[in-house]
Amino acid sequence: MTHKPTRRGFLKAGVAAGAGLAAGQAAAGNDPLITETQEWRQSLGFGVDERPYGLPSEFQKHVKRRSVPWLTADPISSINFTPLHELDGIITPNGLCFERHHGGAAEYDPASHRLMINGMVDKELVFTMEDIMRFPRENHVYFLECAANTGMEWRGAQLNGCQFTHGMIHNVMYTGIPLRLLLEEAGVKADGKWLLAEGADASGMTRSIPMEKALDDCLVAFKMNGEALRPEQGYPLRLVVPGWEGNMWIKWLRRLEVGDQPWHHREETSKYTDLLADGKARRFTWVMDAKSVITNPSPQAPITHGPGPTVLTGVAWSGHGTIPQVDVTIDGGKNWHKARMSGPSLDKSMHRFYYEFDWDGSELLLQSRAHDSTGYVQPTKDELRAIRGTNSIYHNNAIQTWFVNKEGVAENVEIS
Amino acid sequence: MSKFLKVLIAVSFIASPVMAGSLGLGRAATPDEVAAWNTDIRPDGMGLPVGSGSVADGEEIFAEKCAACHGDFGEAVGRWPVLAGGHGSLSDARPVKTVGSYWPYLSTVYDYVYRAMPFGNAASLTADETYAIVAYIMYVNDTVDDESFVLSNKNFLDIPQENVDGFFMDDRDKVEYPKFSQVACMTDCKATVEITKRAAVVDVTPEETAAAAAEAKMKVATAEAAEPEATPALDAELVAAGKKVFKKCKSCHKVGEGAKNGVGPQLNGILGRAAASQDGFKYSKAMKAEADAGLVWDEAKLRTFLKKPKAMIKKTKMSFNGLKKDKQIDGIIEYLKSVSQ
Repeated sequence: MTHKPTRRGFLKAGVAAGAGLAAGQAAAGNDPLITETQEWRQSLGFGVDERPYGLPSEFQKHVKRRSVPWLTADPISSINFTPLHELDGIITPNGLCFERHHGGAAEYDPASHRLMINGMVDKELVFTMEDIMRFPRENHVYFLECAANTGMEWRGAQLNGCQFTHGMIHNVMYTGIPLRLLLEEAGVKADGKWLLAEGADASGMTRSIPMEKALDDCLVAFKMNGEALRPEQGYPLRLVVPGWEGNMWIKWLRRLEVGDQPWHHREETSKYTDLLADGKARRFTWVMDAKSVITNPSPQAPITHGPGPTVLTGVAWSGHGTIPQVDVTIDGGKNWHKARMSGPSLDKSMHRFYYEFDWDGSELLLQSRAHDSTGYVQPTKDELRAIRGTNSIYHNNAIQTWFVNKEGVAENVEIS
Repeated sequence: MSKFLKVLIAVSFIASPVMAGSLGLGRAATPDEVAAWNTDIRPDGMGLPVGSGSVADGEEIFAEKCAACHGDFGEAVGRWPVLAGGHGSLSDARPVKTVGSYWPYLSTVYDYVYRAMPFGNAASLTADETYAIVAYIMYVNDTVDDESFVLSNKNFLDIPQENVDGFFMDDRDKVEYPKFSQVACMTDCKATVEITKRAAVVDVTPEETAAAAAEAKMKVATAEAAEPEATPALDAELVAAGKKVFKKCKSCHKVGEGAKNGVGPQLNGILGRAAASQDGFKYSKAMKAEADAGLVWDEAKLRTFLKKPKAMIKKTKMSFNGLKKDKQIDGIIEYLKSVSQ
């Protein structure tokens, strides 16, 4: 009852939960789940090899990526969303990491994969996956956020659920080799100031990356959370561009070209440029600014237990560093409270925050506000709109508001 | 010195200098290999191959390979990208960002079309075809107005895009970061608060209602009831091979449970179906004429069509060249049977 995925489901769940609570508390009798022997206590469960690659419990079927069909022309060049409201901690399970691909998810034998380095280098090189596995490796946890995350909310509150408003993000541990080592192997020439990364899929995705970033902290990764990249995340090889917009993290990475100027390809001109109200557009808006969202309660995760002790939680991240502080309000911003940060605080990684309070059953207006390690404070929607207008699609990192009614049902709203 | 220590020293002696410099991994790329992959084009013209194409040629190629999604004049079908128009709309409340109104460089159009189009059959165009398509996109955007205009690597940089000066470098560090790095208010920050906008009013969030699930179940039940006879066993290997080949088709044609019409009609139960009979799909006149003449998609007919669609129905709007290998066709047909069961 507490996990019904639909909004109408939530309404019912909220109401029913109220009744259930009363029954539970008023129950003078015994709980048959305790007094009667249950089937799973008596008969044997499944054996060790029944699920050789483990799967979540069958009672977790509602925990899945979801899409918004009207957003794109076709499900092949499309996007789906991470169910943030079902997760805790900071790591996103691989099977729940949102997908965005432009020509479908290519799936081919890693033995057929090649990575080429060409252009302004001393030696134009070709690597197999076997070659790549012989470079020294590093492990880093980074968030990957699509620049269009929350892009549907520029004009006003639109989608009811943090999965849809904020779910174009995931946070995993990558194992890979520093891009710098590969480039050093080829020898970047003095005028080589830019890098073009290219994918091997049917979209042949390309992005221009400044050499400074390429040599700084970029990785060429083959593992996520310890296992091979999932096909939809670019198996067998992807680029990791920490803190920068997800589109640059080229999947199925097959080529790195060194040049003296950017290429201005489709994904850095027609797309991923931020159109402002005066008709001019920002280009090369790479960094993802500090952002946070309350994942519970939220429209897909209403309060079902009635008044009393309540856990509020959410996630925060910044492409500029760490998140030392998140503030939470339950009264629409009249008063703010420092949330409790819990879990590792890593550079350019998701952070987890909690705020426990005693809900009196009255209406709530919930917001979270992230501070990052540079002193930047997450802005309101109106503050962002004053600078950007409403047509920029990308880089909407504004504060999100959830309205919670007396039944515990939550809704995406905007407030004064 | 113990053997162990000797080995340790030897290892560290060998290992550390190697790690510091080049590892000597990988091999030299051959010129042909670089040429095969290095097709990218830059605004300064770097990468443009020798070639040319006219607006008139482009119109024909566009109608065949692009119009199914982008419309005959770049106006787009459904939610596929609009390629033409929107001139001067960038500061409107609802700007129309097209190749003509928004894209700053023509090189981007060439690069992208050659790289990723047609959707579902990427990397299949020749240089001349690509020049012709780009010329036609210029024409539908009024960048050129003469159908005899020929675009080539020689005149490619002559005509700038109208929005070439419409972009500037990210300036958030100056315009936004100082403003958003002030001390944040913690108590008594405002006296009143009102809800100004609600997502429930917009009501566009996807729902997985019980009603939809029940409907889907009904459909399955109906389909099962309609086909009580035992269907012949399928060759599983062939089905699997066909499923792979079907990747060429699936950008336009959907199959399986709940498949809907897309750019092409959905194909569940296509074998034995009368031509142009899928509800809700707008067929070409040519296809309707074939249907009127009694065309039914039996295996033989489907085989002929898939081999070379335009040889069988000249004006079909299916922009697909056909499957060269009979084995691919065998696979597709077996796969289509399997999804219809």
